[in-house]
Amino acid sequence: MAETGNVAPIASLDVVDRLIAGDRRALARAITLIENGSPQARQMLARLHAHGGHAHIVGFTGSPGAGKSTLVMQLARELRRRDQRVGVIAVDPSSPFTGGAILGDRIRMQELAGDPNVFIRSMASRGSLGGLAVATRDAVRALDAAGFDTVIIETVGAGQAEVEIVRAAQTVIVVTVPGMGDDIQAIKAGILEIADIFVVNKADRPGADQTAAELRMLLSLDEHRREREWRPPILKTNATTGEGVAALADQLAKHLASLRETGALASRSGRQAQSEMLALLQQAMMERIAATIAPDEWERLVQAVVERRSDPYSTADALARRIGLVPEA
Amino acid sequence: MAETNEQRKIRVLVAKPGLDGHDRGAKVIARALRDAGMEVIYTGIRQTPPMIVEAAIQEDVDAILMSILSGAHMAIFPKVMELLHENGVHDVLVMAGGILPDEDIPAIEAMGIKGNFGPGTPLSAIIDFVRANVSPERMSQELPPLAPTAGASFEATPAPAKEAQ
Ligand SMILES: Nc1nc2c(ncn2[C@@H]2O[C@H](COP(=O)(O)OP(=O)(O)O)[C@@H](O)[C@H]2O)c(=O)[nH]1
Ligand SMILES: [Mg+2]
Repeated sequence: MAETGNVAPIASLDVVDRLIAGDRRALARAITLIENGSPQARQMLARLHAHGGHAHIVGFTGSPGAGKSTLVMQLARELRRRDQRVGVIAVDPSSPFTGGAILGDRIRMQELAGDPNVFIRSMASRGSLGGLAVATRDAVRALDAAGFDTVIIETVGAGQAEVEIVRAAQTVIVVTVPGMGDDIQAIKAGILEIADIFVVNKADRPGADQTAAELRMLLSLDEHRREREWRPPILKTNATTGEGVAALADQLAKHLASLRETGALASRSGRQAQSEMLALLQQAMMERIAATIAPDEWERLVQAVVERRSDPYSTADALARRIGLVPEA
Repeated sequence: MAETNEQRKIRVLVAKPGLDGHDRGAKVIARALRDAGMEVIYTGIRQTPPMIVEAAIQEDVDAILMSILSGAHMAIFPKVMELLHENGVHDVLVMAGGILPDEDIPAIEAMGIKGNFGPGTPLSAIIDFVRANVSPERMSQELPPLAPTAGASFEATPAPAKEAQ
């Protein structure tokens, strides 16, 4: 383009160097490359991974409207007071019909504007379920490599399906509000185990104590926690005023310290690395399958199974042999 | 299966600068762009030029659409363009919509701001305009070279003593 005449071409590796050196446009560009599954992204990610591992990765999940974005803003402000640099990834849903999205979390984060040590990126879920986008973890990797002390992920907020966040964050905060029976149901149905900290937000509204008491009750019944050394605290906040947010920041630090002391941080990292590697292998396998088996052949194989001329097991076995996944019989 | 070959999504920042607290028009445009398959970053009302430019940078958007009613455009637009240039952002499509007096249009266009959608502009015309005018290089899988960045960086080394808040 004419306007960029004085610009030397920059390879993706320079983008990594630049983001590590503090260039926020390079950071933004790296996330774009990651998000679009660009061929440049893989080699970039290898270097980003090598540079990361320092950030405390914190996830916020909870129903839409619970106040996650407002709370993220307040927490980021509190962490800034504590001299931390804060990165935020806010995920919103893509429309399943058009693939478009309105990403509106920044509306609640205006008070962070103008601080170069805060970086906010909005992300559309792009069809992935589970509350995050496929690229969220790798975007976190970029923020981590760029040296942010805390990286906050705000999930879509779809209730019980939001278990992906445990695979992305070290500390998971489940946000609920007074008088939402649905939330309590969702928590019973599966997000109880993933919460490291419970927040009853909108504590300015009636019923906050009761909601907190219900949560306490549920927790006392819970036998499934993986890490028994940590009992999830239940905090009340008012994200509009910031009340209770300092206590939340304190608990975040305590949780991280506890993860380190008990060795749980290492085992969480291990589980996360494992799930990531398995997902990549699965993807490679799918690509291999797509490259080996033409769509019309696939169609014929499917049809044969439907008409019971063959069965899914022997068909899959034969295909696995053909792509070299298992040795020839 | 992975949708890596799908056309890259267009990301648009819809911003509402100026002091009037009325953003119905901006929201209508945001929804229309979403329904056209774009990813719209909507930042709310009362956006200052530094806020707009910073959001555009962090979100690495392909286009910015400023919707304005207050008549402050001749103060806001030049500042936005100046900040974009200062930060080395040259490949982003910048558009304006809202109430823009005819006599100001040549000056607005001279700043490099395109579109200039008046109140009666059909939403489909705005969508088509965005699709036709985003930088084709930005839409490729490999993004174009990144111009050098001037202006504020975040700290790459541990944060110094805390600032007055
Ligand atoms: N009364 C009250 N309103 C709040 C509180 N926190 C957030 N809100 C409001 O709740 C609405 C949804 O907040 P938002 O942060 O966007 O929720 P999210 O969808 O979970 O991210 C907004 O209108 C906020 O101003 C709170 O603690 N008390
Ligand atoms: Mg939100």
